[in-house]
Amino acid sequence: MDNKEHLQELSIPQLLRWRVQNTGDKVALREKDFGCWNSYTWSQYYDHVRKVGLGLNKVGVKKNDIIALIGDNIPEMLFMALGAQSIGAISAGIYQTTMPAEIAQLLTYMKVEVIFCNDQEQVDKIVEIRDQVPLLKKVIYEDPRGMRDYKTDDWFMFIEDLYEIGENIHSEKPDLFESFVDEGKPDDTCHLCLTSGTTGLPKGTMLTHKNYISMGLQITQVDALEDTDEYVSFLPFAWIGEQMNSFGIAMSTGITINFPESVETAMEDLKEIGPHFMFGAPRIYETIRSQIWLKIDESYWLNRVLYNYFIKVGEKSATYRMTGKKMPAGLKFKSWLGYQIIFRPLINQIGLLRLRRAYTGGAALGPELFTFYQAIGVNLKQIYGQTEIVGIAYMHRDGDVRPDTVGKPLPGTQCKISEEGEILSKSPCVTPGYFEMPEKTEELLEGGWLHSGDAGYIDEHGHLIVIDRLSDVMHNKEGEIFSPMFLENKLKFSPYIKEAVIFGNKRDYVSSLINIDPIVVGKWAEDKGISYTTYMDLSAKPEVAELVYDQIKEINERVEKEHFKIKRFALLYKLLDMDDDELTKTGKIRRKFVREKYQNLYDALYDESVREKEVEAFFKYQDGQSTSVKTKISFYTMEGV
Amino acid sequence: MKSLNVKNITLSFGGLDALSKVSMTIEPGLITSIIGPNGAGKTSILNCISGFYHPARGEIVYGEKDLTHSSPHQVTKMGIARAFQNLELFGGLSVLDNLLLARHTNLKYNFLHAVLYFGKASRIEAENRAYVENVIDFMELEPYRKSIVGNLSYGIQKRVEVARALTLDPELLLLDEPMAGMNIEEKEDIVRFTMDIKQERKTTIILVEHDLGVVMDISDQIYVLDFGQVIGSGTPEEVASNPKVIEAYIGED
Repeated sequence: MDNKEHLQELSIPQLLRWRVQNTGDKVALREKDFGCWNSYTWSQYYDHVRKVGLGLNKVGVKKNDIIALIGDNIPEMLFMALGAQSIGAISAGIYQTTMPAEIAQLLTYMKVEVIFCNDQEQVDKIVEIRDQVPLLKKVIYEDPRGMRDYKTDDWFMFIEDLYEIGENIHSEKPDLFESFVDEGKPDDTCHLCLTSGTTGLPKGTMLTHKNYISMGLQITQVDALEDTDEYVSFLPFAWIGEQMNSFGIAMSTGITINFPESVETAMEDLKEIGPHFMFGAPRIYETIRSQIWLKIDESYWLNRVLYNYFIKVGEKSATYRMTGKKMPAGLKFKSWLGYQIIFRPLINQIGLLRLRRAYTGGAALGPELFTFYQAIGVNLKQIYGQTEIVGIAYMHRDGDVRPDTVGKPLPGTQCKISEEGEILSKSPCVTPGYFEMPEKTEELLEGGWLHSGDAGYIDEHGHLIVIDRLSDVMHNKEGEIFSPMFLENKLKFSPYIKEAVIFGNKRDYVSSLINIDPIVVGKWAEDKGISYTTYMDLSAKPEVAELVYDQIKEINERVEKEHFKIKRFALLYKLLDMDDDELTKTGKIRRKFVREKYQNLYDALYDESVREKEVEAFFKYQDGQSTSVKTKISFYTMEGV
Repeated sequence: MKSLNVKNITLSFGGLDALSKVSMTIEPGLITSIIGPNGAGKTSILNCISGFYHPARGEIVYGEKDLTHSSPHQVTKMGIARAFQNLELFGGLSVLDNLLLARHTNLKYNFLHAVLYFGKASRIEAENRAYVENVIDFMELEPYRKSIVGNLSYGIQKRVEVARALTLDPELLLLDEPMAGMNIEEKEDIVRFTMDIKQERKTTIILVEHDLGVVMDISDQIYVLDFGQVIGSGTPEEVASNPKVIEAYIGED
């Protein structure tokens, strides 16, 4: 592949123009709509960006103004973002699940002047907070459905009207847009990416054109991508994980981005596209794995026998493949046979057959999962990074996948471990700082290194190992160190456990609150003839507790250190949820919040005399109403711990 | 847009008058609800309008046309479609096939065209598919397009039932208890769809529904039936303060 270093000297819109000049007729974006895949070529992509850019300019958007984007992934999201960037404005993504009050805070903090919403659902949220955001000049929407009541108000604008304005200006002044694009500098901030907000309100990370493009170039130096490769965009656009692909990788490699028909159909659409690479949070891989288990379980006996035999072969051969060692011929043959007979059709059914690489990031994934995916022939690799370094700085290399590590730094990335054990990095992808937060920026970039806030070390193979958040690492009463996340992942590897929260800081033993997986456990209960009504009811079944007990017992037998053993647990009566602030928008546990919210359960976990407790469960509905239900929750003590 | 006039109809089963001298005016572009206790004759009215029953006396006029004695397929051709209370879908077919099938009245090619699947046939099939996709998008059924109807949850099946009626591109839509047996979230969805059908698709709607909260919320006009007779009508406010209606619903002291 030719040298692409010069691309780093371009802004993202300039790079888009470069793509148009080189491969203008190639498909850049594809969207499923009304049951058909419709494509946009790079030239059409650029045309839309031009219309948006000129339209926004006419509406009064100037250089360095901020435009927020909220909604599901659609091509218009990119048109808006790049349109804004092409006239020097800054785009900012907001998670589509954000509640109105938080949107108001974010819009005020980022001084947003124009917001783009994909549909009525999002527009309604903005209407709700209209008097709290006096700076907001325009609300642009894409889907006109249900917007009839807003048509008379010129605070709202339909995207087609914006296009028309842009097109008219372009026909009057054909050179205007090009001159805007020419003004872009690679070191200008082009996007504000919100941090996940594990603690408090998210911070807006300023990212430059160069940050994104360098990131795209760095990753493709390790894992090359062709411009004929396909990618399915199903991660939230506001997350750095999606921008990595839609800004960084797509722009620097020319791959095609495919937008699913709706959030619910993403997995179906994935099947139709058959992407060559994908990226996802651990949750996605956990879900797919559960689906596979469920499918095999429901399949006829021959399939089950074959699967159970060959998964063991696969796991054995996976360890060779992951370490790059040469496989014995016998194993190699058996592994090939297993792939042909069962795993090839299996992964074809989920749409992963063409996949050359699957990446996971955003949170740690249990080591067992790597082995599982590698065993069925999916090249799953860990990446590690953070929003402030465009999502990725460390990655596994093919043939060197060590499940307990996050791999080696990307080319151009330097890594250092501070005296406190914190992971520090340096690369062209590092952000210039947080938006209007000089103190936080100072802390983040102290001494010219990016401070990750994660504790970690580099092992003898040069791989980085991440222990946990520096602030999350726990010590028991004797001062022995342990990582709650590490143990949670062990628990979550059990198909029956969906989520787990580990406690035990400065206590005698480790304990856990557990969410059972409603689908897998539900099926298990059905098979056993155990009747249940709600999730709450299922969680309270003694048979389910027994099932989880056995799972934990198995985990306890295999843990590396004695003090990792889980002594007490309880099955929580509700799933941890983003809407209840228990999880971040990217699905990480907000540990402190969860502990405070369930303080009474926490206390009972550390009072071995308590076997059962009456609790009042609160449920918050989407419309803001709430109800409470009285229930009993049982606490279980593991024997022999 | 046409209005539907029900003039003095009486429907008898043997000696029992299911409807007696019922008159209604359904204004175009509005949601008109018919409420009343069980057995009041709500579904019978819909059956008369859609041509399943023919009233013994009185007439039903849609625009200029008299449909008192029309059969269901003739009513359909006039632009009146109906979503049934008890699902009338093909459980073994996919959502897509159910919807495509509903458009068979629009298949205007002959046997030879169909065998060769050439020219007119393939063009009309494509048009029909495009129309059905439009309805799928409208009713947000994308995730279920290829699912077998019988395997779907009741709430979704109800949505498919409404979608099936919509694929006929009706001017007047009859909804028979679309919210029965649904949970709050599913109800909210159907309410939203009903409002959208009225406003986005400019369709007149006759709604038969038990959930009074919903009826009071979204109706422009309400008729109250009891023992086959209209005992009250008007806007939601008027109906809610009508003593006869209160009596029928709450009973006498």
